[in-house]
Amino acid sequence: MVGQGYSGVPGWVRALAVVAAVVVLLPLLAMVLRVDWTRFIPLVTSDSSLTALGLSLRTSAASTLLCIVLGVPLALVLARDSFRLQGLLRSLVLLPLVLPPVVGGIALLYTFGRQGLLGRAFDMLGLQIAFSTTAVVLAQTFVALPFLVVSLEGAVRTSGSRYEAVAATLGARPGTVFRRVTLPLVLPGLASGAVLSFARSLGEFGATLTFAGSLQGVTRTLPLEIYLQRETDPDAAVALSLVLVAVAVAVVALAYRRPAARSGAGKRPTTPVPAGGNSK
Amino acid sequence: MTLSFQAAVAGRGFDVSLTVGPGETVAVMGPNGAGKSTLLSSIAGLLRPDSGRAELNGKTLFDLDGGNRTWVPPHHRRTALLAQEPLLFPHLSAVDNVSFGPRSAGIPKREARQRALGWLADVEAEALAGRRPGELSGGQAQRVAVARALAADPSLLLLDEPLAALDIHSAPLLRRLFKRVLAGRQAIIVTHDVLDALILADRVVILEDGRIAEDGPTREVLERPRSAFAASLAGLNFVPGTLDGAAVRTEEGLRIAGHGGDPEADGQQAAPGKPGAQPAAPGQPGRSGEPAPVAGSGSPGVAVFPPSAVSVFLTDAHGSPRNSFAVTISDLEPHGDQIRVRAGGLAADITPAASADLGLVPGLAVHFVVKAAAVSVYGT
Repeated sequence: MVGQGYSGVPGWVRALAVVAAVVVLLPLLAMVLRVDWTRFIPLVTSDSSLTALGLSLRTSAASTLLCIVLGVPLALVLARDSFRLQGLLRSLVLLPLVLPPVVGGIALLYTFGRQGLLGRAFDMLGLQIAFSTTAVVLAQTFVALPFLVVSLEGAVRTSGSRYEAVAATLGARPGTVFRRVTLPLVLPGLASGAVLSFARSLGEFGATLTFAGSLQGVTRTLPLEIYLQRETDPDAAVALSLVLVAVAVAVVALAYRRPAARSGAGKRPTTPVPAGGNSK
Repeated sequence: MTLSFQAAVAGRGFDVSLTVGPGETVAVMGPNGAGKSTLLSSIAGLLRPDSGRAELNGKTLFDLDGGNRTWVPPHHRRTALLAQEPLLFPHLSAVDNVSFGPRSAGIPKREARQRALGWLADVEAEALAGRRPGELSGGQAQRVAVARALAADPSLLLLDEPLAALDIHSAPLLRRLFKRVLAGRQAIIVTHDVLDALILADRVVILEDGRIAEDGPTREVLERPRSAFAASLAGLNFVPGTLDGAAVRTEEGLRIAGHGGDPEADGQQAAPGKPGAQPAAPGQPGRSGEPAPVAGSGSPGVAVFPPSAVSVFLTDAHGSPRNSFAVTISDLEPHGDQIRVRAGGLAADITPAASADLGLVPGLAVHFVVKAAAVSVYGT
């Protein structure tokens, strides 16, 4: 403990912190201990497992893309523009974060379902959205979009609009400012937001089951497959769960890795390199 | 090739009308919150005033008065803005920062780069071309920012305290650079430093409470200030009131005798480093007795005199053409090799020895005495 400063954390706070860590980590450990390693490879490479994993990865990638395409404009408008009911819109957009996913599924069903608000119009065009792979992507986008919007809006707010103002006085039209200044500046925030959205999409269960059902190869994503397997083959469920845990760990590591000494790629320099006198 | 600008922002109590001639550099000075940034932002198009109109080189920037309102967005105004901080785009190298303006104007990549290198050479920063802003010192970054602003080929350059954030070593270098690039260029420079106004600007505009308090050639404004702010810049005592012959009568009824002559004597006295608690009487205007009265008795006027012309006495010393102010010392501070005594909104510069002899301390009641011959009186 040489050279450590005074932290001011009381002992009982430390004790509770340990309990908190145990609450999170112990169940994961329990699951890992339960894995039947002899059958692990055959279980996770079974036909149904691979189909579910493939579907999960494809739909999550699609919904992440959709989150970026729709979430970037929404985050920019929320952070930069000012209009009436902006605060209300900001709160409502975050609703899926706190809403039980099954409620989201029901809401989507009454929007895009056969009897839903838009479903009838789609039906007349010959489009059936509910209980299709499209429905899976929509359900995942619905629950994952707030993650991207929140993390990007924060990044846009911290970066401010002063660089954009300078760019405009240099003669750059708004489209150029967005492409060459705003986007590169918020790229780290966008990347971590996209990773979080992908993770949320990958784990999506309730809304998917309600709105898309559980058709093998069409809408049965990995979480649904795990839930189904649990009834018949608990060992398979555990093995597949471990696959999802591994993916989640990878995602978290990707999103929260320390920004290494990248030479200012999108990150604003906090202090200029003091070469012969600092700037303050 | 002129800027004519008139705008009001009700919420900020801002109402300013300003013209900048071809090739003219105007310094805008004033206390914090006087509206200096509002002025620059309105010209640049980053802030929309409530009313007013502005034209740059015959092209309308905005017209918010008439029936069909026009508002030209910032990117069509050709008014490059250079702020206190360089605000170089952190993800672009120095040369890419400088070529940003030409690229935005549709100039092909290769040519824009050539031009950027030319501008970097012009600010003696070509060696920094490949560096990221994070690898530049404050002074280097600001030089690159100057090149970036010039590369955008602005009709009007807006400088918002461009030297304020620099350390004392890089500021003089940048000031020389500005002196060179601003020559013959239409520009507005907001500054807190009277040196910038003197060196860089042809004209100075003093803003106070969102209005123009003074506007004139830099030298003239500093020699005959008509606003408290300009007087403080020039380091002069400033007492407003109404004209009464060759004197100014303050609101409190105090009569300050002076002369309406040329401010030459004051100009010399304002020069720093004039020692002496008892300055020699400048035998300039007061031939024998009554100095020439200033025209316009009863209209607003000011009495202006340098701190070096003020003597400090513990008792009221009556001498004929002398003004005496009974004041209480608020502050004593070193000022060059003198002691500056602040009291009742006035300042006196005396020698440390005189200060010690008199036993001056804050809170002490003293008399500030200044000869009428050292006081300039003129209408405002």
